[in-house]
Amino acid sequence: MAESKELQVKEKQEVASSGEHTRPGLVFTPAVDIFETDREITLLADMPGVAANDVTIDLRDDILTLTGDVKPWEGADESDVLVEFEIGKYYRQFSLSELIKQDKIEANLQDGVLRLVLPKAEKAMPRKIAVKAA
Amino acid sequence: MLARRKFDLPGMGWKNTFAEMERMRREIDLLTDTLFSGPQSRPISSGLFPALNITEDKDNYYIRAELPGMKADEIDLQVKARNLGISGERKIHSEGENVKYHRREREAGKFARVIELPGEIDADKINAHMVNGVLSLTIPKSEAAKPKQITIKTV
Repeated sequence: MAESKELQVKEKQEVASSGEHTRPGLVFTPAVDIFETDREITLLADMPGVAANDVTIDLRDDILTLTGDVKPWEGADESDVLVEFEIGKYYRQFSLSELIKQDKIEANLQDGVLRLVLPKAEKAMPRKIAVKAA
Repeated sequence: MLARRKFDLPGMGWKNTFAEMERMRREIDLLTDTLFSGPQSRPISSGLFPALNITEDKDNYYIRAELPGMKADEIDLQVKARNLGISGERKIHSEGENVKYHRREREAGKFARVIELPGEIDADKINAHMVNGVLSLTIPKSEAAKPKQITIKTV
């Protein structure tokens, strides 16, 4: 894309249902890009402040869950001068309609962006069922 | 009577009056919420990118910004007196021709912002680093701006 527009601030979206989280703290929805080729589905998620070993990716029953923990980066004796954004965990769930090769999933976190490659499984062979006449 | 007359008007019956009162109550609640939201105050957005958090301690100011996907060399920082300029461009690379997008929430674009710090700073000793998509600046306060302990002498 050649065109370049001015970036606008997007307010961080808090996860609506916080009832499931046991630990206190804010939880945000990361912004994602999802795209698909014939072979794989790729997901990119903005999770600034999350270190590679603080990301949890879970896929079961076609539900993909992303969690990113953020360690507070402010020192204890710092006092606020200006607060324009809040710090919190990231959490987002997706339901996948396609079969995924679970053991071939690749995840990579760089500069606060998670890149998740989900290779599609070979489609189940269509079966033909012969109907016998009595 | 004025009140009497008002209720006689079509569309200005009891029901609407209550709805109007309810609307006013909600507006007042909203106002009081923003004014007195307690210690967990909501962040105030300036509408400028990137959103910045500034904190201070005795010796330094700290500025932090979330810039996921950006490298240190893609961000330009400039200091002039008490003003700090942050500019750059966030690029989202093309993923090839044959991809089909389902979601596109991450945004690319240019940004430039200047922020004035509340006190004098020592521009030569600013420390900036980028970790996991978070830009952190440590800006030492100038000697003149630091709080000084005054000892009270007993005569």
